Amino acid sequence: MNLFILVWNYLKARPLNTVLNIVLLSLGIAVITILLLFNNQLQQKISENARGIDLVVGAKGSPLQLILCNIFHIDFPTGNIKLSEAEKVARNRLVKKAIPMALGDSYNGYRIIGTTQAYPAIYGAEIAQGEWWQKNMEVTIGANVADVLQLKLGDGFTSQHGLTQDGHAHDEQKFVVKGILKRSNSVLDNLILTNVESIWLVHEVHHETDGQHEEEKHEAHGEADHDHAHDADFKPSSLIPSVAAGDSIKEITSLLVQYRSPMGAIQMPRWVNGQSSLQAASPAFETARLFSILGVGVDILKGFAYVLIFISALSIFIALYNSLKERKYDLAIMRSMGAARSTLVVTILMEGSVLTLMGSAIGLLFGHGVLQVMSVFVEETQKAGISGIVFYPEEWIILVGSLLLGLLCAIIPAVQAYRTDISKVLAGNG
Amino acid sequence: MNPANPAPAIEVRNLLYSYTTDKVLRFPDLHVNKGGQCLLLGESGSGKTTLLHLIGGLLKPGQGMIRIGDTDITKLSEHKLDHFRGQHIGFVFQKNHLITALTVKKNLLMAPFLAGVSHDEARVQTVLQELGLAEKANADVRQLSHGQAQRVAIARAVLNKPDVILADEPTSALDDKNCDRVIELLLSVAKQNQSTLLIATHDQRLKSKIAQQIIL
Repeated sequence: MNLFILVWNYLKARPLNTVLNIVLLSLGIAVITILLLFNNQLQQKISENARGIDLVVGAKGSPLQLILCNIFHIDFPTGNIKLSEAEKVARNRLVKKAIPMALGDSYNGYRIIGTTQAYPAIYGAEIAQGEWWQKNMEVTIGANVADVLQLKLGDGFTSQHGLTQDGHAHDEQKFVVKGILKRSNSVLDNLILTNVESIWLVHEVHHETDGQHEEEKHEAHGEADHDHAHDADFKPSSLIPSVAAGDSIKEITSLLVQYRSPMGAIQMPRWVNGQSSLQAASPAFETARLFSILGVGVDILKGFAYVLIFISALSIFIALYNSLKERKYDLAIMRSMGAARSTLVVTILMEGSVLTLMGSAIGLLFGHGVLQVMSVFVEETQKAGISGIVFYPEEWIILVGSLLLGLLCAIIPAVQAYRTDISKVLAGNG
Repeated sequence: MNPANPAPAIEVRNLLYSYTTDKVLRFPDLHVNKGGQCLLLGESGSGKTTLLHLIGGLLKPGQGMIRIGDTDITKLSEHKLDHFRGQHIGFVFQKNHLITALTVKKNLLMAPFLAGVSHDEARVQTVLQELGLAEKANADVRQLSHGQAQRVAIARAVLNKPDVILADEPTSALDDKNCDRVIELLLSVAKQNQSTLLIATHDQRLKSKIAQQIIL
């Protein structure tokens, strides 16, 4: 026999009341836990994915859209920019690194990104199997893409136009898987990487423009002998060497920029935005803005969770307070059997805290469980790399907080137990 | 020590208790031998229960001395008194006051636990057997008959082999047959456990059972 067994039996003796209190509290705690896990992981993913990219330069439109599309690969492009204008930006002395991005095609919902190998290098990506893409129409794919679409080295596929699965197929050209990346827990896991020329190729073949022939000529030239000197009048573009510098036709979606010095953060955005057709967006600024927009919804959910927790605390207090009336004989009998006043106080405090600890433990488990189920069954959560099996130190605060809440609910009933006049109660007039 | 005058188990001298400043209860001196039995008789309101609670340390007297064995319990601090009560005194009340959330056995086990003595499984079985409750060990106390519940309360009071058993109106709600059974039971368990028995009652039926009587 010990006090825990006693408390446990008291809780078992009122099963409906106990279950109600635990369910109320655990729902509140579960909502808090889900918000905590989701928010923390999202922020972590966002800062990891935006790491190393100081500025995104693209077509005019929503700056948030520009960031979402070109860094997180979840929104649609704002439009295209001329390669020649992108080169101008890249030549700026404040720019340390400029990476071209060409979007527009996808395969079964996974985006195909035309870029250079500097792009995966930002994330420190490594090859798991095969090698990096070299020639046109070769791709290196992210770990999730390989897993979900069951793609192996040497497999071929045709892309769909657009970033959704219902775009029309670009059947004329087949991409070939050359390499598979190691999992990096970044956006790369969900991307299909190739060179910019391949993106132009699938679109130009389709549209049968003049540019195609020019493109193929350049390409053939390049493939024939890479080290061979180009024609005397051919000055390669600094961004895409197979194209002549200052090309007036070619377009890309955006340019990811790394500054040479902090000075860039002050001067570059203003300078780029001053040019008629370009827009610059800072990932840091835009993601902060995104979070402040999301924050309203998060705050409402949080408020709801706190209301649930408050109601459960009130309910626990009322349950303890009422049960004390029925239990004053029990308390007096316990005193007659040698229990000190402090033992009664500890019993009541324990009852409150066992309830809230159980509620919060179940709530934490439930929160993790819901998120884990979501990460398995909801594709978007999966793509965002959010998991339920991640633990944060804040969860200790939830546990300790709920313990304190239980003690708080039990304090007034415990004081009453302390003050019980045993003689009066046992004489039947207490 | 004089063998003709054995050591008292309960001794009360010059005891005063005041509910309020103007209402003072004065109790006669009391002396019960070790292993003896004594009836406290008196009408309702005469202070029987108060005296019993004073002797059991549930109330603090205004003045006077109460000795249980060698200990003057009026000199003990509240915490020491709680401990003393758990180890040396067993209570039987008119209402049984079992803890309804616990089974019969767990109700019994509360006694050694709260008294701070180690519990002895064999002792629990023995007491349950003595009181005819062996097959009720894991029963829900709410399902017991009145008589069974009273036997559980008696079992709980004697489990720690207390020096003194204090019973407050143990028979007043019972018919003659059950009254006889309960008093016989109390006398026999007190004897088996070598406990001194003090019963406060206004039940005249008990007069013939116990020789030493004090009238308040």
